[in-house]
Amino acid sequence: MIEIKKLCKSFDNVKVLDNISLTIKTGETMVVIGRSGVGKSVLLKHIIGILAPDSGEVVIDGKNVSRLRQDELNEVRLEMGMLFQGAALFDSMTVGENVGFLLREHTDLSKEEIEKKVKESLAIIGLRGIENLMPVSLSGGMKKRVGLARAICSESVKIVLYDEPTTGLDPIMGDAINNLIISLHDKLKITSVAVTHDMVSAYKIADRIAMLYKGEIIAVGTPDEIKNTADPFVRQFITGAARGPITEGKALKEFKLKEV
Amino acid sequence: MKTRSGFRRKNLEITFILLGRRFISALFYLGGISLLFLRTLASIFRRFVRKRQLLDQLNKVGVNSILIVFLVTIFTGIVLALQSAYAFKKFDAAIFIPGMVALSMTRELGPVLTALIIAGRVGASMTAEIGTMKVTEQIDALESLASDPVSFLVSPRFLALLIAMPLLTICGDFVGMLGGYMVGAWKLSIGSTMYINKTFEALVYKDVFTGLIKSVFFAMIIAVVSCYEGMRTSGGAEGVGKSTTTSVVVSFVLILTFDCFFTALFYFVFE
Repeated sequence: MIEIKKLCKSFDNVKVLDNISLTIKTGETMVVIGRSGVGKSVLLKHIIGILAPDSGEVVIDGKNVSRLRQDELNEVRLEMGMLFQGAALFDSMTVGENVGFLLREHTDLSKEEIEKKVKESLAIIGLRGIENLMPVSLSGGMKKRVGLARAICSESVKIVLYDEPTTGLDPIMGDAINNLIISLHDKLKITSVAVTHDMVSAYKIADRIAMLYKGEIIAVGTPDEIKNTADPFVRQFITGAARGPITEGKALKEFKLKEV
Repeated sequence: MKTRSGFRRKNLEITFILLGRRFISALFYLGGISLLFLRTLASIFRRFVRKRQLLDQLNKVGVNSILIVFLVTIFTGIVLALQSAYAFKKFDAAIFIPGMVALSMTRELGPVLTALIIAGRVGASMTAEIGTMKVTEQIDALESLASDPVSFLVSPRFLALLIAMPLLTICGDFVGMLGGYMVGAWKLSIGSTMYINKTFEALVYKDVFTGLIKSVFFAMIIAVVSCYEGMRTSGGAEGVGKSTTTSVVVSFVLILTFDCFFTALFYFVFE
């Protein structure tokens, strides 16, 4: 279980996360939606302990991530995988070395065993025979899939974090990634947290959806609950309307500027 | 009048606020560099450094820099001999040229020129590489895979520089003296044997040794500054460019400052 309690984070005096509390149950897929720049990635990076909160805490299975010593934190991270927005593959290493990175660094497995595991992980995401390619030569969609293979290569992974898994992909590849996330969740019984602003993806993969707005969680519910919500802020976001309470201040300003 | 003096006071206030901010951010910068330095030392002592990466870095830092170090120091040696010949001949003192070239190269020019070349060539590329990794979230990815970026990225670079810099400096010293020898023995009619004898007459171990101590410190400066700048990069391609420039400038300034400090220290305290 991931418990986020009263989490606050500011960058250069701008409050990005303001007193956020959210609980993600074991085995659940939670999708956090919100506009670009609202702090969704920041939230994910707090869960995996890359960023430290100004106040509040993130507790994973009873362990307070923000208070752990470096080696204890790394123990927790061994049970987590993260897919980054741009995949963040190490471009000085081959695809195989990327996927097997965690096993090579943190387990005593032999070279052959690691190679086997890498092959398996790549097979899960539907890519074969690309171990010796460099990341530069992959397309965006392939990079994302390799990033996913890297995140799930270790058997000890229980939590996977997805940072905008479908952004920048064509709709077909996007749907393929959605299916992958669902099948990983079903097969490996992992807890997933995804942040996205792609509502098609959110409805498809989520058990529950939470909406982040101005640094706060303003709604949490099942996809159906979110679809039928009366909250005007959530409604504007999920319908993708340019006019509404979220953009009101901004729209007015733009309008005034045009008048002048 | 009242408003003008009020305006002036306001201006003064703003100036002091800005100065204060500059000072505080400089302190933060130094603090950040020191912290990275300590973390690097700790990570080197705590666990092994990956051999493959160390060799890779040694190749990049050392082997690939030999030619440019040779080129710069040989020309410097030649020019040094020619320029001092111009001055020394006025006093009929051309015989002192070998000693002058040897001491200048080993004590000062060898270490400093090598450090400046490495800061420009290697330091810049380290910052650009780590900076690009930072802005493409590769450093975050390292952390998410339970690996410490300092031990993975900084330690091998730090060690490689620490090993390669003194070696390059010795080569630089030698090649510089060779440049001086070429001028002295072939063009200034000092004579080959005489030149070599005079060189060793003037040179003692300590001269080479102090130069090497300097080069070790320069190596640490370049490694820590370049990696620190890389790790704090933000803002895409433009950010990478910016931090690369800053890294080279800060390295240059620190190298020359430390050089001045050490030279004074050796001169006044240990001489």
